[in-house]
Amino acid sequence: MTSLARKVPAALGGRGPAGWLFMAPSLLILGTFVLFPIGRSLWYSLHNWTVGAAEQPWAGLDNYTRLFGDAQFQRALANTLIITVASTAVLVVVGLGLALALQSENVVSRVVRSVFFFPTVISLTTVGMVWRFLLDPDIGLVGGVTRALGLDPVNWLQSTALALPTVIFVNVWKNAGFVMIVLVAGLKAIPGEHYEAASLDGAGRLQTLRSITLPALRPTMLFVTFMVTVQSLQLFDLVYVMTSGGPLDHTETLVTKLYRDGFVNYETGYAAATSWVLFIVVVLVSALQLRIFRYNDAD
Amino acid sequence: MLTKSLKWVYVGIGLVLAIVPLIWMVAGSFRTEADLYGHTASLFPHEWTLHGYKGVWQQLPFLRLLFNSVLFAGVTTALTVLFDSMCAYALARLEFRGRTVAFWLVLVTLMVPFQVTLIPVFMELFHFGWLNTYQGLIIPRATSAFGIFLFRQFFMSIPKELDEAARIDGAGHFRIYWRVILPLAKPAIATVALLNFTNLWNDLIWPLVVSTDNTMQTLPAGLALFAGQHVTDHAVLFAGAVISLLPIAVVFFLAQRYFVAGISTSGLK
Repeated sequence: MTSLARKVPAALGGRGPAGWLFMAPSLLILGTFVLFPIGRSLWYSLHNWTVGAAEQPWAGLDNYTRLFGDAQFQRALANTLIITVASTAVLVVVGLGLALALQSENVVSRVVRSVFFFPTVISLTTVGMVWRFLLDPDIGLVGGVTRALGLDPVNWLQSTALALPTVIFVNVWKNAGFVMIVLVAGLKAIPGEHYEAASLDGAGRLQTLRSITLPALRPTMLFVTFMVTVQSLQLFDLVYVMTSGGPLDHTETLVTKLYRDGFVNYETGYAAATSWVLFIVVVLVSALQLRIFRYNDAD
Repeated sequence: MLTKSLKWVYVGIGLVLAIVPLIWMVAGSFRTEADLYGHTASLFPHEWTLHGYKGVWQQLPFLRLLFNSVLFAGVTTALTVLFDSMCAYALARLEFRGRTVAFWLVLVTLMVPFQVTLIPVFMELFHFGWLNTYQGLIIPRATSAFGIFLFRQFFMSIPKELDEAARIDGAGHFRIYWRVILPLAKPAIATVALLNFTNLWNDLIWPLVVSTDNTMQTLPAGLALFAGQHVTDHAVLFAGAVISLLPIAVVFFLAQRYFVAGISTSGLK
């Protein structure tokens, strides 16, 4: 202990293993609460692990095979993929539209951009809650306006057909400003000469967009779609607050399923298996994106 | 001309969609239950009431939730900024054996989704007896690989000559880190701090898992659980949501450029 008490100040003063000492707090935390748990999670997923049980028997791949026969899991996987693909596609189109419309640096554009960006910092819990009540046919503004127009209000979140598209809509509402802001930064990085050259060649608006703007935006697009897909694949808060996965599992996602199995039913091993499926899906989707946005040899 | 008006129609529809839900929520926190059911088509209350803001303290352990949120997000953010910048200082400016390995370890933690580790971390906290405690909420989140990267990037852009000059003056590593590097890194500190604070303040699944006891919950978890019960007074819930949004909104309007800088490099949950 005394030797340690002497070594620590010595290292901070520039002698001894200073590097490791500076990294110690972070590495200790990451090691204990991220790296070790990654291995541990794989271990759980291969056992019939239940909290508090006397025995935790080896299960091999049983948890994984059981998952693929579990109708709730199949729904959750399908919903997660639908949410991710639909949110990303809509967000790219909506966000690009906003970015193109608001890219100039005048006061109006800047203020409007802030308004669109604001939902990015609101918690998904609050966003989910507001939309849940906004769409509630008894008290919501949406239902109220529908009635005022002489139509029957729609029960958006109780309908098996509409609940999932509604969750996707709210996810888009929350993230559109993020996509817009990142794309505006990408647009500003395109050199002005490219546009001048295009206009000298007599290119129209659409042609300029297709042959100058979109190719130059590709790295930014890769980044923004990557962020949005990873966020959507891990969607939890919004669903937890808006529907709790209902009606009849029609909005269940991989993470709400994992939460239900792991922290409500205490089936630790089974939930761990779901988390590994989620990890594999994240890796596959990311790899697919890299392929889609791959630079051509011509570049 | 046509494209210009189309553009403003598009932006206008977007603005209505972006703003109306927020106005409705804020206005809803001043509404009576009868008003909410009776005038669904109206955006504003017919008669304003403050009972939502009174009820929030009576129907929820709101002071406790607020205190927990401030403590959790505040302390965790302070620790993260300290630990991440220290780790990044070593990675960016010191030469030592194993540096590359350490860097790769940090990289791995960045790639694996948080949910993969959630269950084992819960079990660890259970064994430590840290469930429903502040150390359980704070310590596992007191460093972030993203912050380490951002600081490392920033520190690498600071000229090495500054360290050497300080070293000639007899300064040790800690003094160089604390007196030379950190004061130059204020924009990076602001970005990491704001982003972390917002993420932690807004986080739902982590406090929900670590704190099962409702006196140990944070605002989002407390409000989500309250919203999950049969809500008999919506103004209370909206008032809670408005109060929990307020600090983030204030910081957003004061320091938007740091948010933009941070979020456009790392994203927000």
